[in-house]
Amino acid sequence: MNFSVVTSQFFPLLLNGLALGFIYVLISVGYTMVYGVLRLINFANSEIFMLGTFATVIVSHSIFHLDINSNPSHGFKLIVILLCCLLASMITSAIAAVVVELVAYRRLRSKGASRLSSLISAIGASIVLSEGVRLLTHSLPVSNPRVLSKFNLFTIHGVGLRIDQVLVMFAGALIFFAVDRFVKATRVGKAIRAVSMSEENSLLMGINLNRVISITFLVGGLVTGAGAFLYETVYETTVFNVGFNMGIAAFTAAVLGGIGNLRGAFYGGLTLGLAEEFFSAILGSQWKAITVFVVLVLILLVRPNGLFGEAVQQTRV
Amino acid sequence: MGSSAKPSSKHEFSEESMINLRDKGAELWANWNRPKRVAFALIVIFGVFLLPYAGNFSFTSILNTPIASYQAILVYPVGMYVLMALGLNIVVGKSGLLDLGYVAFFAIGAYTAAILGTKTHLNIWEILPFGMAFAMVAGVLLGLPTLRLRGDYLAIVTMGFGEIVRIAVLNTNSIGGPNGIPGVPNPPPVLGQSFDLANPAHFFWIIVVMILLVVWMVRRLSVRRPGRAWEAIRQDEDVAVLMGVRTLRYKIWSFIIGAAIGGAAGVIFASQQMFVAPQTFTFNVSVLILSCVVFGGMGNIWGVILGATILAYFPERIRFISNARQLVFGLALIITMNLRPDGLLPRKKREKLGSKAKAEKEASDV
Repeated sequence: MNFSVVTSQFFPLLLNGLALGFIYVLISVGYTMVYGVLRLINFANSEIFMLGTFATVIVSHSIFHLDINSNPSHGFKLIVILLCCLLASMITSAIAAVVVELVAYRRLRSKGASRLSSLISAIGASIVLSEGVRLLTHSLPVSNPRVLSKFNLFTIHGVGLRIDQVLVMFAGALIFFAVDRFVKATRVGKAIRAVSMSEENSLLMGINLNRVISITFLVGGLVTGAGAFLYETVYETTVFNVGFNMGIAAFTAAVLGGIGNLRGAFYGGLTLGLAEEFFSAILGSQWKAITVFVVLVLILLVRPNGLFGEAVQQTRV
Repeated sequence: MGSSAKPSSKHEFSEESMINLRDKGAELWANWNRPKRVAFALIVIFGVFLLPYAGNFSFTSILNTPIASYQAILVYPVGMYVLMALGLNIVVGKSGLLDLGYVAFFAIGAYTAAILGTKTHLNIWEILPFGMAFAMVAGVLLGLPTLRLRGDYLAIVTMGFGEIVRIAVLNTNSIGGPNGIPGVPNPPPVLGQSFDLANPAHFFWIIVVMILLVVWMVRRLSVRRPGRAWEAIRQDEDVAVLMGVRTLRYKIWSFIIGAAIGGAAGVIFASQQMFVAPQTFTFNVSVLILSCVVFGGMGNIWGVILGATILAYFPERIRFISNARQLVFGLALIITMNLRPDGLLPRKKREKLGSKAKAEKEASDV
C-alpha cells in the first residue's frame, strides 16, 4: 500500500491510464458489438486482437525492413509506415473476425443452437488461432521495431506528454467516434441496431440477417485491429497469448459500461484503464489483474447492468 | 436465411438418428427389470474398475498413451476431469448458470490439502471434508452477492473470482507464492492398498468411487425438489419465481454442491501429485471443464462423463504430435459443436417442446 504515489505521480498515472483505457475502448467495441447483435461473448476476439498485433509487426519487419537496431523514422515516411501498419492490422483482424463468424457461429446460429454451444465453438476457434500462432512463432515473444521515437510532445508541471500516448488517445477517440457515427447514423448501422433489438422483427423488415451479422463482426474486427496497432505502438512487443489478458480486461470494460452498449464500452474502457494504473501503483503491479476484477465486482454489485446500463438489452423480453 | 434450409434439413436427419440411439438406450433401460439393471450397472462398474489394466492386453493396448503413463493419465486428467465436469454440470447443465471460474474451487480444495497436509498431522482422508467445506464456504461467498446477476455478468464475475483466487495465491508468499507447496502427503492406505506415485491405479479407483457417489447424488437430486427447482430456473427464471421457487436459495445450493465436488477433486489431486502450484489453476482449466460439459451434452450426466473422458484423454492420446495437439483439440471443438450443437449425448428433448413442435411443423410442410 503506497498511497503517496497518487499525489506524486498523478499526471503520469493519469496519462498512462488514459492511453491504456483507449486501447481497452477499441478492443471492447469488438466485444460489445458482437454481443449487441448475437448476445454472445465473442471469445475469439482476444485472438483477433493478437493477430492484429502480429500484422503490425510483420508489416514493419517485412515490408519496411525495420528491425530492433534501425533508427526511428521521421516525417512523411513515419506517417506512411504508421498508416500501413494500422491498415494491415485492421484488415487482418477484420478478416479473422469474419472468418471466425463463418466457421464458428453461422452454422450453429442457423440451427438455433444454445448460446453455450456457440461459446464452446468460439473457444475452439480461439484455441486454434492462438495455438497456430504459437506453433509459427515457437512460443517466443516478438518485439516490434521502434517506429515512433517516443519523445515528449510537451511538458505540464514537469510531466512529459509522450507522442505515442497522444497518438493513442487521438486515434482512439477518432476511431471510436467514427464507429459511433457509423452505428448511429448510417443505414447499415440502423440495420445493426434493428438486429440487436429483435432478430425476428428485423427479418420481417427485410434485413439480411447474415449480412448484418457479418458486417458487425467486420466492424468489430476493424476496431479491434486498430486497438492492436495502438497497443503495438505503445508496448512494442507481442506474443501468441498477448490477447488473453487484454481480452479479459477489454471484456471486463465492456461489461463495466453495460455490454451491448457502444458508449458504455467507451466509458467502461477509460474507467478500467485509469483504475488499473492507479490501483496497480498503489498496491503493486502484481495485483494489477485482481484490481480489474475487484472493480468490476464492486460496480456490478451496485449497478447490476453495468455503469451505463444495457441500452439494447432493455428492449429485449 | 433461405440458404440455410439445406444444411439444417441434413442436420435434422443426423440428429434424428443420434436421438434414436440415445432414446433406444433409455428405452432399453426402462424396459429392464431391477435385477437386469443392477447386473448391467455392476458389469459396467466392474469394467471401469478394470480400466487401469487395459494397457496390458494386446487387444486393448490401443488405449495406451504415448509419453505419459496410461494409468497416470486415467487419474489426471481423465478421472479428475470427469469428477469436476460432473460438479460443474450441476451449476451449468442443471440450473443453467454459466460459471467460468470453477477452477477456483478446485484450487481451494488443493491448497487446503497442501496447507493442512504439510502443517498439521491430519491425513488426507481427514482433510477431505475440510477441503469440501472450504470450497462450499467459497461457493456461498461467491454466490450470495453474484447470483442476483444474470447470464454473462455472472460469467464474467465467476471468471474474475477464479483469477482472483489464482493471483492471490500467486502473490501470497506464506503459502509458497509462485513456487507452490511441495511435499503434500499421500493418503494413508485403505484396505491394505497404498497410495503413492507408483500406484496410480489405486487413485483411479478412489476417483471412480467418488464419481459413482456424485452420479448417485445427482440422480437422486434431479428427481427431487432441488432438481425440479434447478430445472425451472434453467428454463425460465421469472416463471420459476412466479411459481414460488426460491430461486436464489436453489441457485446457491447448486453453487455449493458444485463447489464441494470441485473441492474434493482438488484435495485428491493435490495428494496424488504431491505438489500444488498456482500455475495449475489457470482460467484454461475452467474453460476446459466447461468444454467437457457442453461437448458431452449439458445436463445429461452420461453425456458429461463421455465428453470429459474424450476431452481429457484425446489430447494425451495424440501426444505424439505434441506441438499441434492443442490445435487439433481446438479444431475438434469447432467441428463437433457444429455437427452436434447440443453435445454428443444431449439431454432428453422433451424439455424443448418449442423446438420439437417447430421440427414437426417443418416436417409436415415438406
